[in-house]
Amino acid sequence: MKDRNHLADIKSSHKVSIIEKGTVDIPMLQLLNADGTLVKGAKKPDVDDDTLVKIYKTMRYIRILDERMIAAQRQGRISFYLASTGEEAASVASAAALDNKDMIFSQYREQGALAYRGYTTEAFMNQMFSNEKDPNKGRQMPIHYGSKEHAFMTISSPLGTQIPQAAGYAYGQKMQKEGKITICYFGEGAASEGDFHAGLNMAAVLNCPCIFFCRNNGYAISTPADEQFAGDGIASRGLGYGVKTIRVDGNDAFAVYAATKKAREIALEENAPVLIEAMSYRLAAHSTSDDPTGYRSKDEEERWRQKDPIQRLGKYLSAKKLLDEEQDEKDAEQMRQTVLAELKKVEKTDVCHIDELITDVYDKAPWHLQEQLDELKAHMKKYPDAYPNTSGRL
Amino acid sequence: MAKMNLLQAINSALITAMTDDERVMVFGEDVGHFGGVFRATSHLQEKFGRARCFNTPLTEQGIIGFANGLASQGSVPVAEIQFGDYIFPAFDQIVNETAKWRYRSGGQFSCGTLTIRTPYGGGIAGGHYHSQSPEAYFAHTPGLKIVVPRNPYQAKGLLLSSIRDDNPVLFLEPKRIYRASVGEVPEEDYELPLGKADVVKEGSDITLLAWGQQMDYMEKAAEMAEKDGISCEIIDLRSILPWDVEAVCESVAKTGRLLIAQEAPLTSGFASEIAATVQKRCFLNLESPIERVCGLDTPFPLAHEKEYLPDHLKVFEGIKRTVQF
Ligand SMILES: Cc1ncc(C[n+]2csc(CCOP(=O)(O)OP(=O)(O)O)c2C)c(N)n1
Repeated sequence: MKDRNHLADIKSSHKVSIIEKGTVDIPMLQLLNADGTLVKGAKKPDVDDDTLVKIYKTMRYIRILDERMIAAQRQGRISFYLASTGEEAASVASAAALDNKDMIFSQYREQGALAYRGYTTEAFMNQMFSNEKDPNKGRQMPIHYGSKEHAFMTISSPLGTQIPQAAGYAYGQKMQKEGKITICYFGEGAASEGDFHAGLNMAAVLNCPCIFFCRNNGYAISTPADEQFAGDGIASRGLGYGVKTIRVDGNDAFAVYAATKKAREIALEENAPVLIEAMSYRLAAHSTSDDPTGYRSKDEEERWRQKDPIQRLGKYLSAKKLLDEEQDEKDAEQMRQTVLAELKKVEKTDVCHIDELITDVYDKAPWHLQEQLDELKAHMKKYPDAYPNTSGRL
Repeated sequence: MAKMNLLQAINSALITAMTDDERVMVFGEDVGHFGGVFRATSHLQEKFGRARCFNTPLTEQGIIGFANGLASQGSVPVAEIQFGDYIFPAFDQIVNETAKWRYRSGGQFSCGTLTIRTPYGGGIAGGHYHSQSPEAYFAHTPGLKIVVPRNPYQAKGLLLSSIRDDNPVLFLEPKRIYRASVGEVPEEDYELPLGKADVVKEGSDITLLAWGQQMDYMEKAAEMAEKDGISCEIIDLRSILPWDVEAVCESVAKTGRLLIAQEAPLTSGFASEIAATVQKRCFLNLESPIERVCGLDTPFPLAHEKEYLPDHLKVFEGIKRTVQF
């Protein structure tokens, strides 16, 4: 049996030694300057031009989708929306560094990862309009996507729950030698949940090939990061659990890409979890139900606008002649048109048939659910006008 | 008297409690400067300072564990859980700790001063995780009180009683009518008794029983039934635990019939508990089986929310079934 000595590596000291915040410096990886030039001495990550352009276009698309859908929500066409404005590089560039079959456990500001994998505008709309083409059958609020085809686990609202789940999923991938890993996104707010601590600890002890990707965007609804934690961000916690950790500039697509690429290598080759903390800022409101003017200043937002991840990569690409600005504007206009056209098309689609109310609770609906549905349908036949979305198709 | 909506009434109760007793502290996610996502705690931080009204990190188990410690020390915590759906990460702290603290210590310590406030219920297009009615999970736990107001007047009086009651209280706020329900609310301090139901309307043919945001549907259904010549007695339970068995049984003895409505799923809902107790106590008075109008036994849907929820039409049909049995 292995001889265990948990004191073996501890150095002793005859003085009270206090290790405090700042004792361990966790640097932030940054490769691109705000003006799109490479940071002095930095190397562009090993990535081909097509991928870079695809990252850029996906970020641009997500920004446009955000603008249009926030407007649609204001017009009362959808009930709710949650933007990723300002944080596009975090989700898109990380997704680009993965294999398309790596599993994604998402929080809710990572539409970019899905878009990068080819999720269509129509598919986004179907979910947001809760219609019968939504693969989740219209059971959750807008932006709770899920797609088996795109290796994207259906999002659950309770924050942090996906963190230990991702560890478990990754352990299964390891056991079944899938050659794939799991990435798990969450916010710095969600990292306060007990599930975060449980998840990282389990992943570290059980050697799970999992990337924990924290988007530290400064706010959890109205709560600023300094009321969320007193320590050195989320990165320092990784060390506490024995998890390899990288902190990156979350508005720098190059840095996010390079960090995620490296993390994937470690996860796969060493069967070890990696924590990435991406430092960014939530430029949008928390959601369409929120008004950030009550808790933060325009100046603060403006300062972060100067670090816009899309412009930053765009400038680099323009300088390298990989992007033509005129064409880029035309493409953006085309994206706007597509989003609008799909929106108009999709909003007319029916919601699921009422029979779907009782499916997927169990593998097969037991007698009591069937009985309740039958009673409901008999009731609806009596009062068809009261249930206009479904009573026409009993 | 001032006109207030339900949120303002809660805010007023919190101001009253914090003014009256320095030990009262209000905290939770976004509760501080922002005043909570529904604004129930607006301006409390300005009035009472950051030490007594504050944001917590985003951890429900942390919030309630912390509140348990505070309560056992003798402070008076009023903890907010942002949505009833997110109370489950704190389930262990509430069910195993809050509720059992007094019992396990032989009465030496308790969490009696703790009040947990949380919005509950559907009807706001919140889907799966912004709509649930979790009262029955907690009603299965000895040691907790559970209170559900239906209007601003009750909200203030019942919340003040909850904060001052020497037992941990789970205070469920009907969020669908947070702003819609407006009424006269005294500015001064007043309390409404916990454990006492409110007979909203007298009648002779059937007793309609519900709580919180179901009450509006009861009144609407009763109006429909009256047009058909059925006289309804309406009772607002107000406290789920302990519940006012006397008021309910007295009414059922008179009317001979009972319909209970709840938003939560049918199976093991609190309506089941009431039905069993009334059946035992009023067996010989009953003229028809006790009727339950409830949510379906599925998770809470979004697109089918209207179909899923008990409404005045479902209650009206239930009344007719019972009366015509
Ligand atoms: C368990 C739980 N508690 C509360 C909420 C309500 N809620 C939704 S988002 C949010 C803030 C999340 O902040 P963060 O994790 O930092 O992500 P961000 O929104 O900043 O991207 C809160 C409190 C929830 N969804 N789940």
